[in-house]
Amino acid sequence: MVLRGLTVSVGPGEVLGIAGPNGSGKTTLLRLLATLVRPDRGEGHVLGATLGTSEVYAVRPQIGLIGHVPAMIGELSLRENLEHAIRLAGADPARIEPALRVVGLDEAAHRKVETSSHGMLRRTEVARLLITQPRLLLLDEAFSGLDFFAQELIDTLIDRCTREGGAAVMVSHDPGHIAGRAGKVLNLSAGRLETVT
Amino acid sequence: MSFWDQALEIARVDLRIERRMGDVLRIVLPFAVVALLVFPLALGVDLSAVARLGPAVFWAIGILFGMQIALRHTADDRPERRDLYSLLGVDPAARFVGRCLSGSALMVVFLLVLLLATIVLYSPDLPDGWPLPVTAGLLLTAVGLTELGTLAGEVTAGLRNRTALASLIVAPLALPLVIGASQTLESLARDAGILRWLILLVATDLALAVAGVALARPLEEASR
Repeated sequence: MVLRGLTVSVGPGEVLGIAGPNGSGKTTLLRLLATLVRPDRGEGHVLGATLGTSEVYAVRPQIGLIGHVPAMIGELSLRENLEHAIRLAGADPARIEPALRVVGLDEAAHRKVETSSHGMLRRTEVARLLITQPRLLLLDEAFSGLDFFAQELIDTLIDRCTREGGAAVMVSHDPGHIAGRAGKVLNLSAGRLETVT
Repeated sequence: MSFWDQALEIARVDLRIERRMGDVLRIVLPFAVVALLVFPLALGVDLSAVARLGPAVFWAIGILFGMQIALRHTADDRPERRDLYSLLGVDPAARFVGRCLSGSALMVVFLLVLLLATIVLYSPDLPDGWPLPVTAGLLLTAVGLTELGTLAGEVTAGLRNRTALASLIVAPLALPLVIGASQTLESLARDAGILRWLILLVATDLALAVAGVALARPLEEASR
C-alpha cells in the first residue's frame, strides 16, 4: 500500500500543491485522482464520480493530466499528436493552430516527437489542454526542466482552469515549484499527508 | 466523437505509423519471403514435393510471421498512451476495434504478398477456382489472427514480459484459425466441401470480436 489514512479535498477555483520526496506516493495520489489507479480501500470522489466505479468513465474527459513522461506517439510529429488527441476528444480542430501559436510551436510543430526537446513536448501538452479545457488539472512534476516561458504557459493553463470554476492539483519533489502557485500546500511523506500552509 | 469515429481515428494513425516506420511491410514481410525461399532448400530438388508442400509452408510461415504483426502493439503500447486515450474519453472497445482494423489491413496485404510469393516459388498444384475460396479463407484468417493478437495484448497489458506472454496466449488459441485456413485449401484440392471450414473461421472471428469488445473495459480496468 502506497497511501494510507489520506483525506484531501479540492474545491472549484482551488489550486492544491503536494510536495514530498521521491517515492512518497505523489504520483500514485495524482493517478488516483486521475482515475487511472483504483483505490484498494477507502472512498474518493472526483468531479462527482466515485473512484473505482464505472462512473469515472463519464468524468475522465474532464480531467487533464500532465505526467512525468509526455503522453505522445514518438513516430508522429507534434502537430500530428495534437491533431490525433483533439480528434479523439471530439474538440474543434480549428483550435489547433491558434493553440500552437499560443505555446510558440507554430513554426516547430512539424518536428517529430523523437527529435523534440522536453520543453516542446510539454508545450504541446499545454496546447492540448488549452483546447480540451479540463475541469480538473493534474500536474506531476510539470515544471521540472522547463524554461521560464514554458512555466508561464502552465501557469496560464492553471489560471484559466481555476477562473472557469475548475481545480488544479500539482505535485512536485521541489517545494519551489509549488510555492506561490498553490493556495494550499500539503506535504506527503511515506504515504501520509500533513498540512504545511 | 462516436465509437466508430474513435476506432477509425486509431486505425488511421496506426496505418500512418506503419507507412512511416514500415515494420510490417519492410521488415516482417521480407523475412517471411526469405523463409519461404529457404524452405525448399531443405527439401532438396524434389520439385513435386516442393509443389505439394507449398500450401502448408505458406500457412505455417503466414501464421508464424502473422503473429508478429498481430502482436506488434504489445511492444510499443506505452502506458502513457493508454492513459491519454482513457482521459480523452476513448472507449476501450473502440481502441480494440481500431487496432483490429489497422492490423487486419496490414495482415491481409502481408498474406496476399506471401501467397503470390508462394505461387511463384513453389508452383503449387492449385485446384480450379481456387482464388475466391482461398482469398476468403485468407481474409478471415487475417482478421481472426489480428483480433487474437490485439486481445492478447490487452490481456497482458501492464505485465512484465508481456510480449512473450502474449505469444503464449496466441499460439494455442490460433489453432482453429490454422485448421480452418489450411483445410480450406486442402478440401478444395480434394474436391470436398469447404463451407464448414469457412464457417469455423467466421465463428472464430466473431467469437474473438465479441470477446474483444466485451472484455475491453474490464481488461483495461484490471491493468490499472
